[in-house]
Amino acid sequence: MKTPSRRGFLGGALVGLGAAALSGCDRLVQSGPTDRILRSTEHLTMNAQRALQARGALAAEFSESDLSPVFRANGTRLPASDEYARLMDGKFADWRLRVDGLVQKPLSLSLDDLMRLPSRTQITRHDCVEGWSAIARWQGVQLGRVLDTAGLSPGARYVVLHCADELEQTLDGSGRYYESIDLLDAWHPQTILAYAMNDRRLPVEHGAPLRLRVERQLGYKQAKYLMRLDVVPSFDHLWGGKGGYWEDRGYEWYAGI
Amino acid sequence: MDTSAPEPIAERQIRVQKHSAAVRLTHWLNALCLIFLLASGLQIFNAHPRLYLGQFGADNETPVIEIASERAKDTIRGSVRLGGLSVDTTGFLGSSKEDGSLVARAFPSWLTLPSYHDLGAGRRAHFTFAWLLVINGLLYMAHGFWSEHFRRDLLPTEDQLNRRHLWQEIKDHVRLRFAKGEEARRYNTLQKMTYLVVAFVLLPLMFASGLAMSPAIDAAFPVLPELLGGRATARTLHFLTAFSLVAFVVVHLVMVAVSGAWNNLRSMITGRYAIADDGDAT
Repeated sequence: MKTPSRRGFLGGALVGLGAAALSGCDRLVQSGPTDRILRSTEHLTMNAQRALQARGALAAEFSESDLSPVFRANGTRLPASDEYARLMDGKFADWRLRVDGLVQKPLSLSLDDLMRLPSRTQITRHDCVEGWSAIARWQGVQLGRVLDTAGLSPGARYVVLHCADELEQTLDGSGRYYESIDLLDAWHPQTILAYAMNDRRLPVEHGAPLRLRVERQLGYKQAKYLMRLDVVPSFDHLWGGKGGYWEDRGYEWYAGI
Repeated sequence: MDTSAPEPIAERQIRVQKHSAAVRLTHWLNALCLIFLLASGLQIFNAHPRLYLGQFGADNETPVIEIASERAKDTIRGSVRLGGLSVDTTGFLGSSKEDGSLVARAFPSWLTLPSYHDLGAGRRAHFTFAWLLVINGLLYMAHGFWSEHFRRDLLPTEDQLNRRHLWQEIKDHVRLRFAKGEEARRYNTLQKMTYLVVAFVLLPLMFASGLAMSPAIDAAFPVLPELLGGRATARTLHFLTAFSLVAFVVVHLVMVAVSGAWNNLRSMITGRYAIADDGDAT
């Protein structure tokens, strides 16, 4: 048996395969078919995680002693628009949250309107997609309560959250921050529109006057500087069509891990 | 390692069936997954190259391990910091060459998937291969228990656990002297224990610490991050366990190479392993 030649061939093949794999990796993850497979993992993960979670399973709530001494401000720290500057100067007295789209009764809510509604306070952990995490106390009104007041129309599937900040300066406005969640998360008891953080009005760097907390997902879903809630049947035609600023730039829409 | 009839191929060598098809298949899938998981994992780590202990950790907290990048005059210095210790790693960790000039980057581009900065792509690859690894691991576990591969081939026998035998094995390993003849049919004790640790400690810990970083899984199983000492600790464990696996693979490859590279490689591809037919029954 001429093992040496076969040996040489197989050895060479292995080395060649290894080299091809390394140099081809970038192209592999960029190619259409592989990219589609890699992207479809998100559905598998979402279905599996939601099957493991009881519908109302709560994210861990921590105690006072667990609070992060400093909560890292991420993304936009101060929206650049003149409109936001004007609202901020007026201590957000003129700010209104529009709730529209597929709702029975469109709403325009002031900060006082929201604060008059029953509130929920929770000390939760914020997990950034980058790997860091921080704990803070959030107070706000449950999103489900606001949506109950507006009343959904048939065909409603997602709540799109439009924000005041532009994370990327663009001519067409596609750099405007936005996010979306489905109705299951919208009515989760810990999903709140937060106006207070650590017992004080929400600081500007953390999204004043109002931000989302959707506690079973990563940080980029926690949209800041909320201006409008738009109830939609689909977000396919909105900006990049992926349901969020970061989603349009390659992150998963379902950010459970 | 079943006991099918030896097939004589040369005067003083016989070939035995060493690895079952299930073990061979899961072994190579495992290898493939680990390569992609490591490369994509390093891409993810690069997004925040600091590791903490406890429930949380961000820029304000003191990391236990950090790959730091510092701008110094006209260059970028990289260093690895462990507690109070700092080792300069400029050119490799914390700062490495990209298109001819040094850039701030925890792990260099030739180690990450993709090579350029793209956290989203790294995450997609990581989770896809994580799923594949888990499915592969379940198949391996099911087969290992069902076929009694674990009990028969990985559980050290009584004679192997004898202190004198163990000491002899350690001495043989250090001298790179490997079992021959009949004794080469089975794994030695150090091998068995290493494989058991990898399959039943390191890989499950990888799985658990990875899931503990998921806010959705933490809501479903709050006890998971608690058991691991909090999310930040789980992330640190995930990293340390990954490098324990890397260390295992390095030693594994060296042992494969020095104990008969071709014979070992063939046995993991075709299943057939050549042993000397010296009638040396132990």
